[in-house]
Amino acid sequence: MATTTQIPAAPAPATVHRSRRRWGATVLGVVFLAVMLFPLYWMINTALQPDASLVDVAPVPKTLDLSGFSSALTEQGANLLTSLAVALGAVAICLAISAPAAYGLAQFNLRGGKTIVFGTLITQMVPGIVIANALYSAYVDLGLVNSYFGLMLADASLGIPFAIVLMRSFMVSIPREVIEAAEVDGAGRVRTFVRVVLPMSRNSLITAGLFSFLYAWSDFMFALTLNTTDDVKPITLGIYQYIGAHVGDWGSVMAASVLSAVPAAVLLVLSQKYIAAGITGGSVK
Amino acid sequence: MSSTTASAALPAGPKATGPGKSEKPLSPLRAKRRRQFAQWGFIAPAVIFMALFFGYPLVRNIAMSFQDYSPSTFFTGEAPFNGLDNWRNVFGDGLFGKALWQTILFTVGSLVGQFCIGLALAVFFSRRFPLNGILRSLILLPWLVPMVVSGIVWRRIFDQDTGVLNSFLGTLGLGGDTPWLTSTSMALISVILVNIWIGIPFNMVILYGGLQEVPKELHEAAALDGASAWRTFRSVTLPVLKPVITVVLVLGFMSTVKILDLVLALTDGGPADSTQTLGTLTYQNSFVQMDFGAGAVVGNVLILISAVFAVFYLRANRNEGK
Repeated sequence: MATTTQIPAAPAPATVHRSRRRWGATVLGVVFLAVMLFPLYWMINTALQPDASLVDVAPVPKTLDLSGFSSALTEQGANLLTSLAVALGAVAICLAISAPAAYGLAQFNLRGGKTIVFGTLITQMVPGIVIANALYSAYVDLGLVNSYFGLMLADASLGIPFAIVLMRSFMVSIPREVIEAAEVDGAGRVRTFVRVVLPMSRNSLITAGLFSFLYAWSDFMFALTLNTTDDVKPITLGIYQYIGAHVGDWGSVMAASVLSAVPAAVLLVLSQKYIAAGITGGSVK
Repeated sequence: MSSTTASAALPAGPKATGPGKSEKPLSPLRAKRRRQFAQWGFIAPAVIFMALFFGYPLVRNIAMSFQDYSPSTFFTGEAPFNGLDNWRNVFGDGLFGKALWQTILFTVGSLVGQFCIGLALAVFFSRRFPLNGILRSLILLPWLVPMVVSGIVWRRIFDQDTGVLNSFLGTLGLGGDTPWLTSTSMALISVILVNIWIGIPFNMVILYGGLQEVPKELHEAAALDGASAWRTFRSVTLPVLKPVITVVLVLGFMSTVKILDLVLALTDGGPADSTQTLGTLTYQNSFVQMDFGAGAVVGNVLILISAVFAVFYLRANRNEGK
């Protein structure tokens, strides 16, 4: 569209015209972004002025008041660490289970392999609350309620089907000859997997790990349903209970919200390409 | 995993073999069996995990829907079977119908909003302009923030007296005292609006990816034929994009129909159950009333609805994959 301008009388004005048009699109893009990110801006803004009479939160904080953050850290700091521990544990479980499976499903021609891939796709459709419903009584029987390990396992279930599908679609493209060559050299199956397949699949491992981290970090439902005491309380559950108790103290609630959103922001900045790949790769392929 | 696979790989030597036990030639059939057995070792943990965390809950939920759970069940361990009582109670209660209807409104409203805005943004970002990449990835942020946190932030924004939305609208002279979350007529709309906001990035990214796959020649040909931009979009882009659109809509459906976090954070299902959906109703029944039988009934309905759409998804996937 932009290129079909009038006959180029002289090259210079046409380019100027075009580049102005392009920057116009940039301005429009910034406007869209501003609208989309406004709630997040408002979260930070409110967090920075906890003492301001909350009837009138100023559009921009006049002075930086970090007391909301300090009270959020005191009251929610432990929950942040819980979230971190649970999410990292979930990632470890998720990758340990799904990476070998993805490899097996991609490279071994096993009877029933297709059915398993099919089943993996289906599991992504099971509503989480249904799982929690049945899991709760099983967890009670097994003594997994209110335990870190129980929550890690449940949170790993959020990422495993996705991770298998994603990594499998990647590992399918590893040439057979590479794997056979490793095996001819005398490497066993496990060794080939660890030394050859995993390094080659690094990008898909990172993407899968990233997403299982985000899933576990964002999890609220399992945290809410599989815990009956305060022993294991991730930040999502902490904030939810916080608004019940401190409705007036929005500054601290928002500060805690900001802290809980930090991993998402950091991961986005550090690994945008993996995130985009994960959103598209895991679903379309 | 088994001892045969963990053979040491010696770097040198044409065939680094010792007088080991694995030297005995196996019959081809046994060798094949053994190989397959070792291969299943890679897949078995995942199969077991998924059986425990997806298969078992599915089966268990069906059984639970015919059992009588009460708060004391978790002390006594007794949940006697009670036939269709749970089903009768749940379906007989007006709240189920209400939640079902609100789930439909919520899902359809969210999908339409997310998709239309997501598609518009995807088309917009398909143009080349400076800073495109950075802006496009920053727009993902709302999707990455924990949903319950987004809900709480919006709860603050929506506050009738002290929220920024009303004070902004007031400044513009557009009222400014809308009870976004506290009136039965507005609450569901507000929840839908927030969910649209959450879903836009996901729709945008996938549709953007799809748009990149549309062959340029098609557009050029359309332009040569003198087709307008809108006409080209409708008759060239959309048809090519159709498989991606199906996938986006089905995945959006799956994540919307079971929504829980967002509603709990925004309204807790209220006011007067006006934002109760099948997801929150399952939760309320099971974990608030401690009637897991009733929760299982609603959960089963949710599964049934999801299963219907899972079929769509798998068909779309099959067409895409091959």
